[in-house]
Parts: sequence; C-alpha cells; structure tokens
Amino acid sequence: MEHIVIIGNGISGVTLARHIRKLSDKKITIVSAETEYFFSRTALMYIYMGHMKFEHTQPYEHGFWKKNRIELKKGYVERIDTDNKALEFTDGKTLNYDKLIIATGSKPNKFGWPGQDLDGVMGMYHKQDLENLEIHAPNNQVCKRAVIVGGGLIGIELAEMLNSRNIPVTFLVRESSFWNGVLPEGESEMINRHIKNHHIDLRLSTNLKEIKSDENGKVKSVIIEETGEEIACNVVGLTAGVSPNIDFVKSSNIETGRGVKVNRYLETNIPDVYAIGDCAEQHEAIGNRRPIEAVWYTGRMMGETLAQTICGNRIQYKPGHWFNSAKFLDIEYQTYGWVFSERNKQDYERHFHWIHEDDTKCITIAYHKETNAFLGINTFGIRMRHETFDKWLTEKRDVDYVMNHLSEANFDPEFYTHFEEGILSAYHKQLQTA
Amino acid sequence: MSNKLNPSMSLAKPDAQDLSKKQKLAVGLGVVGLFILVLALFNIKLPKASIMLTLSLVMISIGTVIYANDAYLTKLKGIRNDGVWFKSISSRGTLGWLTGIILTSFYVVLYFYEGLLGASTNGEANTGLIALFDPLSKLLSGRPASQWFVYGTLYTIAILAFGYKFILKYRHNRYEQIRTISVMFFQLAFAFLIPEFMYVMNSDLPYYDLKNVWPLNYYNFEQYRINAFINGGTIGMAMLIFGILSIFVITPILTFKYGKRWYCSWVCGCGGLAETAGDAFRQLSDKSQKAWRVERWVIHSVLVFVVLMTTAVIYTYLGYDPNKYWLTRAVFLYAVAGFLTLVFVLTMIFKRNELGKDAKYGAIGYFVIIIALIGIHLFSSETKLFLFKAETLRSTYGFLIGAIFSGVIGTGFYPIFGNRVWCRFGCPMAAILGFQQRMFSRFRITTNGGQCISCGNCSTYCEMGIDVRAYAQKGENIVRSSCVGCGICSAVCPRGVLKLENDTMKGRINPTEILLGNDVDLMDLVNQK
Repeated sequence: MEHIVIIGNGISGVTLARHIRKLSDKKITIVSAETEYFFSRTALMYIYMGHMKFEHTQPYEHGFWKKNRIELKKGYVERIDTDNKALEFTDGKTLNYDKLIIATGSKPNKFGWPGQDLDGVMGMYHKQDLENLEIHAPNNQVCKRAVIVGGGLIGIELAEMLNSRNIPVTFLVRESSFWNGVLPEGESEMINRHIKNHHIDLRLSTNLKEIKSDENGKVKSVIIEETGEEIACNVVGLTAGVSPNIDFVKSSNIETGRGVKVNRYLETNIPDVYAIGDCAEQHEAIGNRRPIEAVWYTGRMMGETLAQTICGNRIQYKPGHWFNSAKFLDIEYQTYGWVFSERNKQDYERHFHWIHEDDTKCITIAYHKETNAFLGINTFGIRMRHETFDKWLTEKRDVDYVMNHLSEANFDPEFYTHFEEGILSAYHKQLQTA
Repeated sequence: MSNKLNPSMSLAKPDAQDLSKKQKLAVGLGVVGLFILVLALFNIKLPKASIMLTLSLVMISIGTVIYANDAYLTKLKGIRNDGVWFKSISSRGTLGWLTGIILTSFYVVLYFYEGLLGASTNGEANTGLIALFDPLSKLLSGRPASQWFVYGTLYTIAILAFGYKFILKYRHNRYEQIRTISVMFFQLAFAFLIPEFMYVMNSDLPYYDLKNVWPLNYYNFEQYRINAFINGGTIGMAMLIFGILSIFVITPILTFKYGKRWYCSWVCGCGGLAETAGDAFRQLSDKSQKAWRVERWVIHSVLVFVVLMTTAVIYTYLGYDPNKYWLTRAVFLYAVAGFLTLVFVLTMIFKRNELGKDAKYGAIGYFVIIIALIGIHLFSSETKLFLFKAETLRSTYGFLIGAIFSGVIGTGFYPIFGNRVWCRFGCPMAAILGFQQRMFSRFRITTNGGQCISCGNCSTYCEMGIDVRAYAQKGENIVRSSCVGCGICSAVCPRGVLKLENDTMKGRINPTEILLGNDVDLMDLVNQK
C-alpha cells in the first residue's frame, strides 16, 4: 500500500489527508513537532483571552484520526533523503515514504534587530509562542507593558490579546497607517482610530531600533529608531510578517526559494515530493495572487486540490476568486475580488469609498475606470455573502449592477440596520462630482 | 498535547478576571438582597414583610443592573467573552459547583419539601419565605402566596435582571436584543401577571400560562383542568380550544416559517431563563458525538413517554357511551393512532432520504406507541391500564420529568452541564418542534461560502452542544433539530460566517466536499458524485 507522509498538521496537511482518505485506501501519516492533534491556528488568540480552552480549537475529536486511519506522528524532521525516500528525525529515527508532502507553514520574521532573541521576545504563531506568552504576560503585574512590532494581522491580534488582560500595549507600525500596504487609506485610517479607541498606544511610522536586556537576559525596554525614545516593557511581540518554515528542507535536493518551489500541480522538482500551504512558493504568481500565500483558505484549497493529484487525477491548483477575512478588534473585515491599497493600485483601478458616521463600518468597491467592471469589495463592519460576490465576479458584473443589488449580498444577522440606501446615494453623489 | 496535564493555559490568575470596585459593590448588594430571603427562609421574624420583600427584590435587581453596566458599558460594543474560561463561576470552578449545589438543593426543597419554605398546611397562614411573598401575591390576586408564586416571582426577576445584562452584553446585536426583550415580555406578562389577573377575574379557571404548550405543559389535558375549562364558560372553552390549537395548528405554522426558535428562544420560559440567567454557562454544554447520541435517545424517549402518558390519562376519564358524549375511549384511541400514523407515513414517504439511519429509530418509536395503544385498548379495565392506574403513569412522569429532569437537573445543573440541559435532553416540546424544524421548516443557519477558519467559537458557545464548526468548515448549512436559534454562534463568529435565516426549503441542506473559492471545475467534479 502506498504510504503518503505529510509533514505538518495544519489546515493544509489535514485537509489533504482527509480528502485522500475520502478518495482512497492509501496509508497516511501526518508528522508534526508542534502538537499531537490538529488545531485551528487562527484561534490561538482566543485561548489567551479566555474565550476558549485549547481543546476547543481542535476541530476533530481525538477518535477521528483512528477511525479514518490517519496516523499521527509527533517528531521533528531534521532532513529529507529524497534518494532513499526517507525522513530523518532529530531523535535519530527514520520514516519511509512513497509520496511526501511538505506542509510546514510559516514562522515569524525576524529582521536582525539587536536583542531579538532575548527572554520575553516572541512571535505569535505556534502553540509554543502562546505558552511562552502565558509565562511572560500572565497579567499586568508581571507584564507592565508590552511592545508589538509590526502592523499586520497578527500584530493587531496580539494587541487585542494583551488588551483583554489589561496589559498596556505600545504598537509600533512601520507604515504611516495601519496595514496600508493592503488596505486603502479610508479603511486603514478608520482602523487606526479604532485601535486608539481601545486605548492601545499606536505609533505610526515608527521603527524598532533595538531591544534592551536586563541583567538576567530578559527584555527591559525597546529603543525607537526615529526618536531614540526608550520604552520600558516586559514583553516584545515580533509580528512583522511570516515566512516559510522550511529550514530543514534546505539540505535536501528539493528546490527552494523563499519557500519550497512548486509548479501549478504543487509538485516540487523531485518526483513524488509536493508542497502546499504557507510554505509553498509558486514559480510564477497566479493572477493577482502572490507566489507565497500565507492564508488559511489557500492552504485548505491546496489540500483539496492535491488530494486529487495524489489519488490519480492530476490537476492544477486553480484557485477561484480571491477572498479573505479578518477581525480588527471589534471590526470584522471581509474581502471579495481585488481591492488594492493606494501603494499597489493598478492604474485602471478606481475606488468608491463609503464610511458610516459611527466610524466602525465602511466599504470600498474597486472598479475598472474604463469598462466599469466590478473588481472587488472590502467590507468592514457589514457582513457580506461570499456566494453572491463570487457569482457577480464570475458573471463580470459592472459596478452599477453591484451597487444597485448590494442588499442581496448582505449577510448581517436579522434585524440589523441596513445601509444600502445610504451607500447607493453616496455612490450617485460621487458620480456627479467625479 | 494532553489537556489533562494542563487544563488551562493560564498559569497565573490573569488580572482581567478580577471584579472592579463597582462590580464588587453590585455583587454585595445582590447578596444582601438574597440574604433577606435566607433570613425569611429560616423563619426569622422580619418586620414589615412588604418592605422587606421590596427591598430584597430591588437590591437583587439593582445589583445585577449595576454589575452589568460596569461590565459592559465601560467597554466598546462587541463580543466580550474575555476570561470566561478563567472565571470560577463559568468554568466549573469552585464557585460553579457551589452555585450548582445551592440551586439543586433549592429545587429539591421546592418540589418535594415545600413545608421547609413555609407553605401552609390545612389553611393556616404561611410562614418563612413564602409568608414574605404574601403581600405581593395578595396585591396581584388577593390570595396568599404559594411556593410556586415565590418561585415564579424569583424566576421572573431573574429573567428581567439578567435579561438586562444580556442586552448590554450584546448591545451591538439587534437580533439578540429583540429576542431578549421578547422572552422578558412573555415571562412577565404571560407566565407571571396574566394568570394572576385571570384568577382575579374568574377564580374557577385553572392556572394557565397561555404560552405553555402541551407537551411542555404535560398536565394541560388532565381531568381536573378539562372540567375546569368546560365549566369555565366561554373563556374556559376558549382556553381549552387555544390549548389544542397551540400544538396542532399554531406551533406547526410558526415552526415552518421561523424554525423552533420562535418558541424556544423567543417565547418559552425555560428558554427565557436559560438565555438570560443561564447565559454565563452556555459554553459548558457537551459537544461530543457521544453526547449527541445520548441526547437523541433520551429526548425522544421522553416524547414517547409523554404521548403515552397523556393518552392514557385522557383515556381513563373518557366514557364508553357514544350517546352521552361523542368523544369516547375508542374514538380517542383511534384518533391518536390515526394522527400518529399519518405523521409517520408522510415523513417516511417524503423525507425518508433526509432521515437516513434515524428512520429506523423513528419507526421503533412509532411502533412502541402503537403497540402500547393497542395494549391500552385490549387490557385496560374501568380504572386501570394494564395493571397500574393511569394516575401512576402521570405521577411518575410528573416526578421524573416534570420535577427531577426539568427542575432539579435542568436548572440546578446550569453551572455544570450548561444552561440548556433540559431543553436539549428532556423537553418533549423541543423534540416535536425539532422534528419539524429538521423535516419541514424554512429555517436554517447559512454558512458563508468558504470563509470559516475552524476557530471553534461557534461550537464552544452553542448552548445546545451542536458542533456548529463541523458544518461551517465544510461550507454546509446547519439544519439541526436541536437548534433553538439563539443566534450566538453567528454573533461570536469572528469572520461573519453564520447567519440565521428563513428561506425556501430548496437547497436548505447542502452537504459539500470542496468549498467555495476553489477551482470551479474541481468543485463540480467532487460535489457531483
């Protein structure tokens, strides 16, 4: 029986394993050094906040794996021997495979800051990071202040986590406005204000110079690059993005760039070795997507796709319309299609922006300035229906159609106030003045 | 990792769980209010019962209100479940167990030892706790209080005060607010005030909480009530007819249009308490597959039990002679058997595929009832069914289900098993509504395409123990008989994945293999087979 070995028990690897099991009787082993069972990484924050216990973040009961004959092996892979089709573990054991899938996800970026390896400096990605945070920031007596470096999705989540335990947070953001490499100005600025409303000390256009140590090798303070200001703190969160977690692959014959290089079939340069999820790097980007997509949904879709290939129906990874979501403290964010920030905007891309007077809801709709084709929507504080936008993008609807039918896409709970009328009249007003 | 070795991620006690000064003051106020009740309970002579009672109830209410204001109005609107699993009361800690034990003991006394609360025997004046409530009862209906009046008052206060807290907690969510105002209204008006006023108008009418539908109100068709209804003139007859229409006409129509939530989380008193005072315990429900299996067996057994019990009870007081009254024993049995057969046959014809393996269990339940009905017909005498009296069946049901299950376990164990134990495992009304919701209703929880990140908030905060995530992460709508439509899964979802809605029956149940957002051809390929 063919032995499929998957390194990594995150959403990519687990989705792949589940779908291989649906399609075949192959022997499946999932290897992980992080945890025994699959858990939802995106839910780690809620454990620290006390919304859930760790067990709640595990989507499948423990018996699920045995029932579906998916073997779980805890261990850290040190080397891949592609000639003999074997994995070598740090404990000296080996494991043979017939097909190997690398799905090891990401690791937090560190940019060589002085003091970045001190006690109390941490990323927020692995379960071990959470355990580490629990040691260094159990409450605001032990951790009098935390400094977060990097204004992205993980950074704001870490800020929310610490905030839930009343630990004062200073949030250093390199950009002039929160996440404005991705979000258009109006949205980014609304989130700036929302962060400040939560009493988080947001410092824009601010870089970290160094992290200072006390006599025991623990974090004592950080120094700001621009002003030289010293901020006393007990925890430093490094959340300046993530990169593929593939150091152990580099000693093998498998081609790597920033990630494990794969073609559209998610195959590496070595036969029977594949890579999916955050750690996979496409030779060429697909559409507007990046070559490496560190996104939950992408990992899942790659797993769904590769299961077909491994079970004899070789197909390309062809993701559908782009979508994503996040939550910034209390404000939910969803996106369908492509809306770029000012920095990355295409020259044909024009935006319509509407913001509600309560400053917690806004939308931005991107359209083609010549053809009026609808390109995408960012929505904050108003839930929208994935299916509807997916359909409109496929049907290549124009922006007028989308504006006039916006209420069909509303996904807010019943009895919520609807804003489509106000949005539509703002849209008409903009057209008149434009 | 093993959770047994490390039950909580929190090593030290995080600061956020501590109460603020204002919250401590509020708790103190409430405790003093409760203490007055305890003093009365121990028969300590309190001066001016009416003032003491007012003081006690006001302090409890104001305490809750101050606490809620400080807990939620000091923060921005949004989901505020911070520290739920760190707090002793809401994570089966010492406080949780203590509360559970106190509540359970209270229910045991209430149901079986009302004398301890000071209920009068043979016409003497009430004493103790019940005497404390005499002034209020006299004000409302002119009669002295009973243990049920005391219980009803405290129950109503709990729903109103914690309802206020719940509204503040979800003040960003209008579905939750309106729903809570609805349960507060139905408790105050229908369960508490209207029956008292009806008594004032016509003291021969039986106590009737009009929103309490058979079989939740399992005693509704007992002989003494039927006699009282029939003797109660037009109003009495109207009440009887309303009681019958409630279960056979009103309930099916509303459940078809809105799902069982119209009752369970908008109207019902049991649901009302669970959603307000019980809200802090919703995360304690068991989400395992095993619990789900137990749930299906237990709740449907209770349903079979109540159907048989009610049939037997009505049967025994009906006569044999069709000339005296058209509804004879034989006609009644045929009617029950006929109705159940109709439901069974229609379900098997139209919904067989949806039922899957459960069809077998449904068939078993159906045949148990039919055989029992035949048994009643063949083997009962004037006063006895088989060997025992119908009254024995009734009192057994009343004891096991009415008292032990719905009261002692259902509410007493809130802090241990969660706030919907009764609704999930025991309520026969929920079983009927749930059956219809699963088979024949427009209600569903829609999953928003491929947006689920499997975080588990929905499942954790589902009071009915539904593993909501298991559906959401497959892009599948949630159509479950137990769902009471409280809407909390949708509220706590960080990615806007879930929406409760009423839509057409078509495509309501939509099992998918590959989620929206992926390669369209792949989705077609995999979902087709």
